[in-house]
Amino acid sequence: MTYSQVAVVVLVAVLVVDLVVLRTRMVTRPVFWVAYAIVIVFQLLMNGVLTGLDVVTYDPDAIWGPRIAYAPVEDLLFGFALVVLTLASWAAVNRRANTARRRGLDTRTRRSSTR
Amino acid sequence: MGHLTYLSLLVGCLVVTAPLELLLGVRVYARWRRLLLAVVPEFVVFVGWVLYAIAAGHWDYSASRTLDVRLPGGIPVEEVLFFLVVPVCAVLALEAVRKVTGWDAGYPVPPDDGAGSIAASASERAADRRAESGR
Repeated sequence: MTYSQVAVVVLVAVLVVDLVVLRTRMVTRPVFWVAYAIVIVFQLLMNGVLTGLDVVTYDPDAIWGPRIAYAPVEDLLFGFALVVLTLASWAAVNRRANTARRRGLDTRTRRSSTR
Repeated sequence: MGHLTYLSLLVGCLVVTAPLELLLGVRVYARWRRLLLAVVPEFVVFVGWVLYAIAAGHWDYSASRTLDVRLPGGIPVEEVLFFLVVPVCAVLALEAVRKVTGWDAGYPVPPDDGAGSIAASASERAADRRAESGR
């Protein structure tokens, strides 16, 4: 597979994780899109340096060709997938932890009231 | 900056986002166990992707603008750090936006999150109070 193909496959997989598997639905939330808008500015800066200074170089046969701030457009899919997967996991971990914590508090309250 | 180019960018990311934890008080590093847990899937998937990309020759790294320390699979040490640093920055950004706007991110706000919150939020705290009194 080319970089382009892997990028599309991973992007679709990550959207399935967010929307169907974890049901965190990050990509439907305004809070996510505002955070992503901030992240993408820094991504373009950092990616621009990494690719502009040839820290990372790409095989022309593995990419579509168009570039944004020196970096192949595939890097935007790469970055977007990375952010969605990370934030969906973060939401899932917090959802579980905070819910468990509330249940724990409830349980303690109930137990002490029966004594 | 030679060999330190890539590493400096990563340090820059941590420095630029540090005020979100230190001044805005988003409590991301404070919840470091959850943070580690949340980063695991991203780390596994993307390090796997990079190892595949290196093996397939999709991209390569400069020897003169990295420390040129390659881990098994030919992945530079900075690239491994990238998949720890960047997700942490993304989480910091999300928590900062959530804290400033009070918008829902799909999970209940922890009880100790209310204290220093800016807008997080009158409605969320009201919901918490309702939950407390309903108990």
